[in-house]
Amino acid sequence: MNQREFMDEHNHEHHHVQERGELRILSARAGADVAAEAPLAKHALDLAAVRGKLQARAGKQYWRTLEELAEDPHFTELLQREFPRQAPSEWDEGVDRRDFLKLMAASLAFAGLSGCGVPPRENVVPYVKQPEGLVLGKPLFFATVMPFGADAIGLLVESHEGRPTKIEGNPDHPSSLGGTNAFAQASVLDLYDPDRAQLTTNFGDMRSWSQFLDSAQAAAAAIKSTEGAGFRILTGTITSPLLAEEIQGLLKLYPKAKWHQWEPAVSDGGREGAKLAFGRYLNTVYRVEKADVILSLDSDFLAMGPGNVRYMKEFFRRRKLTGPDGEMNRLYVVEPTPTVTGATADHRLPLRASDVELFARALAAKLGLGGGASLPGAEKWIAAVAADLQKHRGSSLVVAGEQQGAEVHALAHAINAALGNSGVTVYQTEPVEAQPVNHLQSITELCADMDAGKVDTLIIFGTNPIYTAPHDFDFATKITKVRNTIRVSTHFDETAEYSQWHIAESHFLETWGDARAFDGTLSVIQPLIAPLYATHSAREVLAAFSDKPGVSDYDALRDRLKAANSGADFEKFWRKTLNDGVVANSAFTPVAGAAKFSADSLPPAKTIPADQLEFIFRPDPSIYDGRFANNGWLQELPKPVTKLVWDNAALVSSKTSEKLDLAHKAASRGGEHGQIYSPVVDVSLSNSKVTAAAWTLPGQADGVVVLPLGYGRTHAGYTGTNRGFNAYAVRVSSALFTATGGTLKKTDAEYSLACTQYHFNMEGRKILASGTLEEYKKNPNFAHEEDEQPDKSVSLYKPQDFPYAPDKPAWAMAIDLSSCNGCNACVVACQSENNIPVVGKDQVMRGREMHWIRIDRYYTHTPSETDGGHSGDPSEYSPALDNPETFFQPVPCQQCENAPCEQVCPVGATVHSSEGLNDMVYNRCIGTRYCSNNCPYKVRRFNFLRFQDWETPQFKLLRNPEVTVRSRGVMEKCTYCVQRISNVRIEAEKQNRAIRDGEIVTACESACPAEAIVFGDQNDPNSRVSKLKAQQRNYTILGELNARPRTTYLAAVRNPNPEMEKA
Amino acid sequence: MFLVCGCIPESFGGHYRVTVDPAKLLIACEEPASAAILVVRGGTIKRNELMPQLFHRSANSAARISILAVVILATLGLTVVFGGVRSPNFTNQYLIRNQPIQFSHKHHVGDDGIDCRYCHTSVEVSATAGIPPTRTCMNCHSVLYNNVGYLAPVRESYSTDTSIQWVKVHRLADYVYFNHSIHVNKGIGCSTCHGQVNQMPLMFQANTLQMQWCLDCHRNPEQNLREKKDIFNMDWKPGPDQAEKGKLLAAQYNIRGVRELTSCSTCHR
Repeated sequence: MNQREFMDEHNHEHHHVQERGELRILSARAGADVAAEAPLAKHALDLAAVRGKLQARAGKQYWRTLEELAEDPHFTELLQREFPRQAPSEWDEGVDRRDFLKLMAASLAFAGLSGCGVPPRENVVPYVKQPEGLVLGKPLFFATVMPFGADAIGLLVESHEGRPTKIEGNPDHPSSLGGTNAFAQASVLDLYDPDRAQLTTNFGDMRSWSQFLDSAQAAAAAIKSTEGAGFRILTGTITSPLLAEEIQGLLKLYPKAKWHQWEPAVSDGGREGAKLAFGRYLNTVYRVEKADVILSLDSDFLAMGPGNVRYMKEFFRRRKLTGPDGEMNRLYVVEPTPTVTGATADHRLPLRASDVELFARALAAKLGLGGGASLPGAEKWIAAVAADLQKHRGSSLVVAGEQQGAEVHALAHAINAALGNSGVTVYQTEPVEAQPVNHLQSITELCADMDAGKVDTLIIFGTNPIYTAPHDFDFATKITKVRNTIRVSTHFDETAEYSQWHIAESHFLETWGDARAFDGTLSVIQPLIAPLYATHSAREVLAAFSDKPGVSDYDALRDRLKAANSGADFEKFWRKTLNDGVVANSAFTPVAGAAKFSADSLPPAKTIPADQLEFIFRPDPSIYDGRFANNGWLQELPKPVTKLVWDNAALVSSKTSEKLDLAHKAASRGGEHGQIYSPVVDVSLSNSKVTAAAWTLPGQADGVVVLPLGYGRTHAGYTGTNRGFNAYAVRVSSALFTATGGTLKKTDAEYSLACTQYHFNMEGRKILASGTLEEYKKNPNFAHEEDEQPDKSVSLYKPQDFPYAPDKPAWAMAIDLSSCNGCNACVVACQSENNIPVVGKDQVMRGREMHWIRIDRYYTHTPSETDGGHSGDPSEYSPALDNPETFFQPVPCQQCENAPCEQVCPVGATVHSSEGLNDMVYNRCIGTRYCSNNCPYKVRRFNFLRFQDWETPQFKLLRNPEVTVRSRGVMEKCTYCVQRISNVRIEAEKQNRAIRDGEIVTACESACPAEAIVFGDQNDPNSRVSKLKAQQRNYTILGELNARPRTTYLAAVRNPNPEMEKA
Repeated sequence: MFLVCGCIPESFGGHYRVTVDPAKLLIACEEPASAAILVVRGGTIKRNELMPQLFHRSANSAARISILAVVILATLGLTVVFGGVRSPNFTNQYLIRNQPIQFSHKHHVGDDGIDCRYCHTSVEVSATAGIPPTRTCMNCHSVLYNNVGYLAPVRESYSTDTSIQWVKVHRLADYVYFNHSIHVNKGIGCSTCHGQVNQMPLMFQANTLQMQWCLDCHRNPEQNLREKKDIFNMDWKPGPDQAEKGKLLAAQYNIRGVRELTSCSTCHR
């Protein structure tokens, strides 16, 4: 097969797209042997070899990929090349010498011309009436909230002359405390998504808003006559009192109308569990900061679900060590598939999702709450956890997962109550949801009514049922029986296809509204910009059917707040609320009453035979349930644990992989790497089929197949359509989160996945250092063992070239690896702040992603004397493969004092600033890439193509004006957000004072919900960064090279239970 | 032919007959029996004493002069190129632009004595000095000259809510992040960069705005520092004691050292 054929394989010609939303797979031929002349080489991962290597090793070891662990010679080759050895091969055919000479001649002839020309004539366009409070050139920040499920994340949004450009956390908001997550950071890109629906349509034809209003009012008259018997509203989870009031108003007006809710990625377990334990629906809030010992029952509470940003803040505030005398909380995680919460755990137990309930029952029994269940194989683990929890009565916490069933939640409530945690580390409030219902029941009723022809008018917003409803409901057929469907959504999506009316929905940065946060705190959604298109809010659409159509969101919101806060000076209250981003003192008060639940009351647990595969459905860590599918930043964001981008994959454990022969093959082409050939598998489940790519994931429970939701969309937009496979296709109402009875069959076909964990490998000593709290106390210097610190005076620079003045700032960064769990907020924040382009899957597979800060995932394992070594038998449990410890290391530019990159730049485009920044002068760069070749940390990113989209008008609004534009052929990298440094320095100098510690906050530092990244002046002994660097845990990566990086790391410290070791 | 001779050392001229075969582009020479054969670019040069000199002796001088000419021409060419990019033709220095309204700074600043900050409101606080909104014009011109013809575009802008499209006079490259506020707060007056605006009936760029010009001052800011009271004084000129005064002012303003001021990231990001 020559290269042209190979490219064609990629370019859809030989694809067979099996079903709607299914994986686009390569034909079986692609998996065939590649002919000798083909530039692509594939190399299969040999798990047996990995086991063999593990057997032979002793002492602590770190590895990033299974190939690395296997010391695969092929991998070693990749290691030595960061970028492709040859010039980028964008041509389908190999370029011959003649073509090359022609191009070179033309390039030379025109190269000189490119610098010529007079500056273009430009106009200055001032305001006619300049808005009050706006100072040109100075960004303004407005407080708002991003509604997300049963939570709303408080934000401060940066606005440049009216354009929202960057999201920051709101320190005054309880759900943020100043931090954000990747979803919130990326939401600004959704606003400017050029694929958004821009107007109202009727069966795809353009309509004006007034035409819709007329039609709605006509419909309302008909609805009124039947008292709303055929009127239905379907929404996602709603925490907005304003929206709920509008719906309730309609239900009052039309007494027979019904409101249904469907949130696909969150189970009813939380609600029903509260009902089991407390007799009614209640909301559970954790005070993670107060807990010394935390047990997560399959809960990814640090990254997903209500309050995740706050919980992350609180959790890691209990993990900050100032010295060996520090104390830490302890986290146990029981989960089927590795999550960022699991990767943070001090002890992690991979269990099948269905066994998590057994675990909870056994733990309850152990704690004397009745039930008498046990979980064979985990007794020692359970005993150790139970003892630890009991030791910390009143300061422990059990958290149940969002995808777990009611029983697990009820057991968690009962255990928390029994341990005296209720009211201390956990409390209940009235539901945050405007109307808590059982979502599965709710959508089941709606489907039955639709099928029976009882539904006449249906309004759908906040959920995408054609794509997400259980497969067995056949929503697409039933919706055709509805006479008038009104779809309100930001994109013309799958459900819009089946609707009569489509109303383009405004983004939350364009509308007035309100939302409750995880603890009930009420916040106002304040728009940053007038709607970009002819879009409307869901409330306006609902109002169109009411007796008061046409009331604006702004008026409705103010009226509601006025009514709720009568008496006080409303204007003052209003201004304060908008300024603060929260309605003061609006958090719900804890509800009294302990859990009345005994494990004895539970029916016998269902058990799944060990030989049966368990399929579980989980929201994707990057694009959630599919709602962010068209967001390029999130699509290209390496998923925290798998590091896959642009695709989902059926995740299997290494043992299952060996059994079913699902090992992937790493491909490389002239040094380009990141393309992984994965075997395609046919998943048959619940009378349906889907074709997926398989991915072997260390740390996953055996016999579990994870089918991540959110991919395989057919109407997401340019970015999100037809990526990955649609897991909803095999999801039925009887098995929403855990399904059994399915089969997974390997086919001959292969599918190429893009995985970034094969990129930017560093080679050398001391890249990651980790230890336990006990080790740290015993040997506070553990991070420096085997350290080789070269003589500081050895330098290629003449000392007089860099006399860093001790009284001037020396910018530096310290990253506490104890606090990093790889959540990715910093990566998106950096992308947003620095206008970093999205490159697409094909370019990622060539190793050309542009993220200035990457998060490396490391697995580690210390073979202990007690585990008796490995026989190499695949069925044997080997912790290194089956449950390795996981660490994350964010790597931005290290800003070396002896920067190797600077020495080799022929044009002086990268040089030192007086404050120790490794400046990158883009306008000087000619793209030799010498700097990148000489960078031991591999943090430089090269614009192989013009990745940035300069034409799409929406994206022009998105960009941060404080950052230089980079084009093709220019090297770029992290500069510690030099634009932020400059702006703060200018302000400080104007006031004739020194820059205060903490005044300059880099984008990554500001976004980090774990406060792991600290930036500051290392010449100031009192700065936070100096104090961190003064700790013995502080170390530099590849210190033996004497590059003397300004970015240093604090060794990760975990706090395992010593009892567990003995167990 | 000339070039061939120019390339062959003079001493060869008396001893070799050099012929050129234009069809083959070969250099060929004939040879007496005893001579060595020289191979030149696939051709051969052979000794032939019978052959008369092909070129006159003056050809040698011509060759020397031509070499000299190449050097001189190259120097001249480079002078033109490097001088050219620094010339007003390229930098637009002194170029008067045709504006939608022939606004006179000479009249407003010089005659009326309006402070710069009345219109350029953000010069002390922000990176950009700010071009005034139409409303600022109308503050006065709703009363003064409120029906003269040449102000019609201002009134039209105000009534139709459309911006006036001024033509940019001072344009820096996009990769330069100049900040007005830090300069005026640290003793650099408007006229240092913008010239004597109070004498410009129509605005033009008084300096080259090239990096060389920026660095002249960043390397030696003392020459241009003035007291706070003189920042907006268009007629300020450095006095004979500027060298001394500049040093004092630099200390007073806490001006950063040359190393800091010439770090790339001071202006580029």
